[in-house]
Amino acid sequence: MDSSETQSPTVTQREQWMVESQVFQMYELLSSVPRNAQSVLLELQRDKHIEFLTNGLRQLGPSFCVLDANRPWLCYWILHSIALLGDSVDDELENNTIDFLSRCQDPNGGYGGGPGQMPHLATTYAAINALITLGGHRSLSSINRGKVYTFLRRMKDPSGAFRMHDAGEMDVRACYTAISVASVLTILDDELVKGVGNFILSCQTYEGGISGEPGSEAHGGYTFCGLATMVLIGEVNRLDLTSLIDWVVFRQGVEGGFQGRTNKLVDGCYSFWQGGVFALIQKLHSIIEEQLRLLDAGGSAIDSPQLASISCHSGKRGLHDTSGSAKFSNIGFNFLKEPAEMEPLFHSIALQQYIILCSQLQEGGFRDKPGKHRDYYHTCYCLSGLSVAQYSYSKDADSPPLPRAVFGPYSNLLEPIHPLYNVILDLYHEAHEFFSTS
Amino acid sequence: MEWKEEGEERPLSQRPEWSDVTPVPQDDGPNPVVPIAYKDDFTETMDYFRAVYFADERSLRSLHVTAEAIHMNAGNYTVWHFRRLILGALNADLHEELNFIKKVANGNPKNYQIWHHRRWVAEKLGSDATSKELDFTKKILSLDAKNYHAWSHRQWVLQELGGWEDELDYCKQLLEDDIFNNSAWNQRYFVITKSPFLGGLEAMRESEVNYTVGAIIAKPENESPWRYLRGLYKDDAQSWVNDPQVSSVCLTVLSAKRNTVFALSTLLDLLCHGFQPSQDFINAVDALKTPDLDQSDSNLATAVCSVLGHMDPMRVNYWAWRKNKLPAQTA
Repeated sequence: MDSSETQSPTVTQREQWMVESQVFQMYELLSSVPRNAQSVLLELQRDKHIEFLTNGLRQLGPSFCVLDANRPWLCYWILHSIALLGDSVDDELENNTIDFLSRCQDPNGGYGGGPGQMPHLATTYAAINALITLGGHRSLSSINRGKVYTFLRRMKDPSGAFRMHDAGEMDVRACYTAISVASVLTILDDELVKGVGNFILSCQTYEGGISGEPGSEAHGGYTFCGLATMVLIGEVNRLDLTSLIDWVVFRQGVEGGFQGRTNKLVDGCYSFWQGGVFALIQKLHSIIEEQLRLLDAGGSAIDSPQLASISCHSGKRGLHDTSGSAKFSNIGFNFLKEPAEMEPLFHSIALQQYIILCSQLQEGGFRDKPGKHRDYYHTCYCLSGLSVAQYSYSKDADSPPLPRAVFGPYSNLLEPIHPLYNVILDLYHEAHEFFSTS
Repeated sequence: MEWKEEGEERPLSQRPEWSDVTPVPQDDGPNPVVPIAYKDDFTETMDYFRAVYFADERSLRSLHVTAEAIHMNAGNYTVWHFRRLILGALNADLHEELNFIKKVANGNPKNYQIWHHRRWVAEKLGSDATSKELDFTKKILSLDAKNYHAWSHRQWVLQELGGWEDELDYCKQLLEDDIFNNSAWNQRYFVITKSPFLGGLEAMRESEVNYTVGAIIAKPENESPWRYLRGLYKDDAQSWVNDPQVSSVCLTVLSAKRNTVFALSTLLDLLCHGFQPSQDFINAVDALKTPDLDQSDSNLATAVCSVLGHMDPMRVNYWAWRKNKLPAQTA
């Protein structure tokens, strides 16, 4: 191995330095402009974002043909972004969205990427989150929960993990979307949970983060999905949380934003995927303490897998056994009551600064990084990450953040989310009540 | 196989072999949201696709229309799924299918559907496909050495079809090209823990530690080998704490006083696991303290946290939390 200082930089180094210089240019720009121009740069361009988002809901250009199998995602990215901004769509758009998503719903359960397409777990997650975001009886009752349950069972592999669609790929994303949907609809039971924890556990890598499949590289998107899944099925104590934390804290780079993997470039969308991990970690305080205590006692930090899995698989229960589904469906609800005992373990203000100054476009919408185009995916996950960061110093969901926790003017404050599902908190509560009583 | 049959430029509606098919328009309803302004040929292709898909017609012309639909949107998993059903029904030549995927992948190397399809074909071909698959992923990785799907596919090929013999050399070569390539480090870990030829993690540990220490000394700011080094002792913290090579690489980097964050972080983990530091470590950490830093830290672990909190401000909360949670034995 050549240790000389004169060797030329590698691809990773060159790309990293290029991004750093672009990002620091943005930050220098801020300090070089006069005060009134500065305050414009620090501001969330709400009206522009709403305009960009609403336009997309009404009409998309031919370049969106490549997203023709992701239309419920487009609905979710747009509607969730609008809701994060504290706004909502008019009645006509709301009704049109419910009608459209009903056309994506498969007669045998689940939602496809467009009318007539096969049901798919990711678009099922997107459609259901979009309908929860619309809220109201007409929207929530349009979801055929019994059929969704049938679909989820059909997607379950004998190994316990889930497939994205009939004979489709099996990974951590599939597990999360299946479990998240089942949890929020209060149809999660032992049959759906069985084996999921073992699969996720096999995806925690030597780095500490979680990969898409066993053996792959630790990755922000899969780490969020894997961690949230483990929380939702009540098995999060089985993960090595201290090594997960040590991995995720190092994903925040000098730019202030997050990278998805070690030695990769910053990307605004990880503001949520990695930022969301911190929001979950903050509420896992007592489990982390327990793991540290075991470590201190010289033992293994993680509970015996056998013990933990037994406690979750005691007895088989059917779909309509309330004790079975109630056990799991209240996990997401009770999670909110856990106080955030620890301060956020990431740099909240630095993240917000990256989102506002580097990802935000003054003409509306958000992007991966300077030099890239805006899109609805990045708009959704930059705003979701921004919300997580703004509320990261709030002990519980009911207390609004202090002004110093919010980068830029306090009017930048977004609506809070439920970090396990990434839907607006109030709308989650409405849906939870609706599905728990119907 | 081409997108269109050889020399075919006519729209589907004007081709005689489609004259008996009634195209099925998309059921978007009267007032769809997120409506896409499809180009005419996109709409036409999808209308014919729907016609044969809903009729479950597993024919050669159906295969052709899936190719055209995939060409226009490689993300349509329904089209890919139906294509697999047709390939099965027609008992099609799957080597030719690999060429088809290659063409599609050229424009969309980061698409889930392509890689799932490729895995399905390779699984059917079995060990016949091994070298082709290794070459294919190598080619994709030569353009983007961190393509997540390509790495997953490659790992699947190794585990299901074999071909492990040259994999460690391949990792070495990629790391020579770019020592910061964490995907290559991850693949190296995969090989040394899973290859049936290398004897497993413990058998490989000594040589891997040597390699990794060399990489760290060359570029101590590179996080990848630090995490890899820790990974070499996964589930064996005691050997990690007791291996003098681990602590000594920390000391070497600390003494050089440049890019010391990962050395400090590793030292902190060692201390938390019962490592007994010599005076050299105490001196090396002392030398990193700045005058404005609290000099009264009662022990090395606390001092390491303080230095890190100062030196690594992005993680200031994390280092404060670590300081607060130090195990009793380090106090």
